[in-house]
Amino acid sequence: MNTETSHSFAERLLKSRYIWPLAALLLMLIFNLLLDASFLDIHFDNGRFYGNPIDILHRSAPVALLAIGMTVVIATGGIDLSVGAVMAIAGAVCANLLVATDVSLFTVLVAGIASGLLCGLINGALVSYMGIQPIIATLLLMVTGRGIAQLLNDGQIVTFQHAGFSWLGSGTLLGIPVTIWLVLLVFIISQLMLRRTALGLFVEAVGCNSSASRYLGINDRTVKLMAYLLTGFCAALAGIISAADINGSDANNVGLWLELDAILAVVLGGAALSGGRFSIPLSLLGVLIIQTLNTTIMVSGMPSKLNLLIKALAVVLVLLLQSDIFRKQISGLAGKWRHS
Amino acid sequence: MQQEQSEKALFELSNISKQFPGVKALDAVNFRLFPGEVHALLGENGAGKSTLVKIMTGVLPKDSGSIQLQQQEISPSNTAEAQKLGIAPVYQEVNLLPNLSVAHNLFLGREPTRFGCIRWQQMAEDARQLLKRFKLNIDVTESLSHYSVAIQQLVAIARGVAMNAKVLVLDEPTASLDSSEVDTLFDILRQLKSEGIAILFITHFLEQVYQISDRITVLRSGKLIGEYPITDLPRGKLIEAMLGQELQQVTGEQTEATEPAKREPLLTVSNATVPHSVDDVSLTVNKGEAVGMAGLLGSGRTEVCRALFGIDTLKSGEIKIRQQPVTLNQPADAMQQGIALCPEDRKTDGIIGPLSIRENIALALQVQAGWWRYISPEKQRTLANQYIESFHIATPDSEKPIEELSGGNQQKVILARWLAISPQLLILDEPTRGIDIGAHAEIIKLIKSLCDEGMSLLVASSELEELVAFANRVVVMRDHRKVAELQGAELSSQSIMHSIAEV
Repeated sequence: MNTETSHSFAERLLKSRYIWPLAALLLMLIFNLLLDASFLDIHFDNGRFYGNPIDILHRSAPVALLAIGMTVVIATGGIDLSVGAVMAIAGAVCANLLVATDVSLFTVLVAGIASGLLCGLINGALVSYMGIQPIIATLLLMVTGRGIAQLLNDGQIVTFQHAGFSWLGSGTLLGIPVTIWLVLLVFIISQLMLRRTALGLFVEAVGCNSSASRYLGINDRTVKLMAYLLTGFCAALAGIISAADINGSDANNVGLWLELDAILAVVLGGAALSGGRFSIPLSLLGVLIIQTLNTTIMVSGMPSKLNLLIKALAVVLVLLLQSDIFRKQISGLAGKWRHS
Repeated sequence: MQQEQSEKALFELSNISKQFPGVKALDAVNFRLFPGEVHALLGENGAGKSTLVKIMTGVLPKDSGSIQLQQQEISPSNTAEAQKLGIAPVYQEVNLLPNLSVAHNLFLGREPTRFGCIRWQQMAEDARQLLKRFKLNIDVTESLSHYSVAIQQLVAIARGVAMNAKVLVLDEPTASLDSSEVDTLFDILRQLKSEGIAILFITHFLEQVYQISDRITVLRSGKLIGEYPITDLPRGKLIEAMLGQELQQVTGEQTEATEPAKREPLLTVSNATVPHSVDDVSLTVNKGEAVGMAGLLGSGRTEVCRALFGIDTLKSGEIKIRQQPVTLNQPADAMQQGIALCPEDRKTDGIIGPLSIRENIALALQVQAGWWRYISPEKQRTLANQYIESFHIATPDSEKPIEELSGGNQQKVILARWLAISPQLLILDEPTRGIDIGAHAEIIKLIKSLCDEGMSLLVASSELEELVAFANRVVVMRDHRKVAELQGAELSSQSIMHSIAEV
């Protein structure tokens, strides 16, 4: 049992689940630095920081929020396809309140978040109490949710002027975009809630074996419901900052396909879609990989029609890097090569 | 018996070694199978039986040694390859596809086709013909999950036979069968044997070994102890070979079930009824008493356990704990009352496979403490290490995922999980199912010592001798009803059997 301590740092690092996602991110940054030595430069101007790193973090904020919720839902063995649509609903709710009424900013935010929680409640109830497959249950809201948002907006793009609300999407605090602070806040709170209490363990237990969890006295339905409430909350917040960023609610386009980016981020973080073990930090690493990739494609001046193709290739590469089998085969091949 | 030493082995493994992190699972083990024999592979938990089977069926690669089938060196790298070579495994837990029809399961991967389309009629007809050999008259178009585990097991064997298996590997095929089903299985095995198929048989029911086997190979701690013709190895010697010096513990003194003094009742169940599963059952468990529950599969044993743990709710009747009526709507309610349950189906209802031993042990205590009072990983580890040591759980440390342990060790972890919350009533449903003789003895010993410490136990089991060995009283179930309650002088495996069988 004492052998644990004898493992060297390098050995532990190689076994760590962080190593391959981190390696992928580093590789991408090195590639960018080779193209442009100033890629990672940050400069301070007019009371705020500018530069690619800040830009990447700011742009990845909505997906980061979605990924935090998605990680937990996937850990319970579920999935939430509706988060993009929930973003649209929350954005539409806030935009309409800002345009049509003069309620306080606080009320607007509460209404936006509440709309997301309501969506989460519907998803959670369908999955855990009605026993509908998560992918189907949330597909319902993925399709209808955007329709509801369009109804709220009466088919238009609803724009508003509200300095306080816009601050959430494009303002700064201590020189750093508010969006980054929000992600940090949600990350810290969720991490505390899940890892400093037993909730994380219960989520993993339910995700690994919900029947055995029931025999342990864990209320697996409640655990699943909570997970969908969390994604609803995160999606609403993501919708609010997206709306605040453009000073408007575009029900057709906000958060479009972002549920897939969030799922991809969780997978890039090494989580199994079948549920069980989860790590929010790893999922956020996955988010950074995706956003860095997007930025790389943009700044490297590659023809934009190749964007999606390049992104797909890079994602496959990162996933392969994480596969034990693939790495073994590569090192086997390399070994043969050296011998001959 | 019929094969002489001069005859060539059909299937031969020599000098097989396999190293796992921290454990030498197999150390230069030899194993031979002759055509037309049933060969029992025996050994206690962690002896290496499962590893050896996994190596011969291509699930695990061997570190060294050779595998020969009909004098040809083979090295299957997965089960499909092994099956193509004629080695058909039938695992403890049936590994077929429950949602497909029986016929489709039988011909999966080699469905009869015409112009690339499956000929369903033809497949069903072939399946019926095949199952006729097994005297199995069932609707082959029904999905497999529709049938009992026993029938699923026979289907798995039939599938192996249909693929022209030369070697049939049966890992605990009888663990979930009742005695008439076992007889059917054995009839089929004898028939297959006469057709020249070599059968490897792993079981923990020693009497079955003597019913069907021709030869026995014994492993202990990854080493080959010996290969014996069945006639040379009477039961006592066999146990000695399997356990080494530990023999004393197993045969043990058949403790006289101590007459319960006037003890106060802990659990009183009156006229409990759950639709379709428990019919008007009344029973009492006193403080510090071990009550056994006997009956065939489906007799209502498991269902009573489930109702007492709040998994199924009563439609009528009453449960009292310490004379107070209680309502058990969910397991949390039962845990609140100091009731714990080790479920019958360890794999689906007991272990949380990918989680560590540490987490599996700490979970019940954590649930009881509530989610906001987190038991830190350090505290969990201390708790787990305590049980790993006192229960002799074979693992390098508490971080190993529970699914990587053998059945007996998994069961010890589940027991530790419940003992950690210090229950007043511990319900054990088939605590020794699928566990071999060493761990079996340890678990029985543990049950006895818990009882001595004043814990109350309700143990459902199909092993009558086990029940007689430690129970103060035995409740006999049949057709969802309680049909007898035996204690004192009238308690013996014969009397239990009599009550079970009586019409």
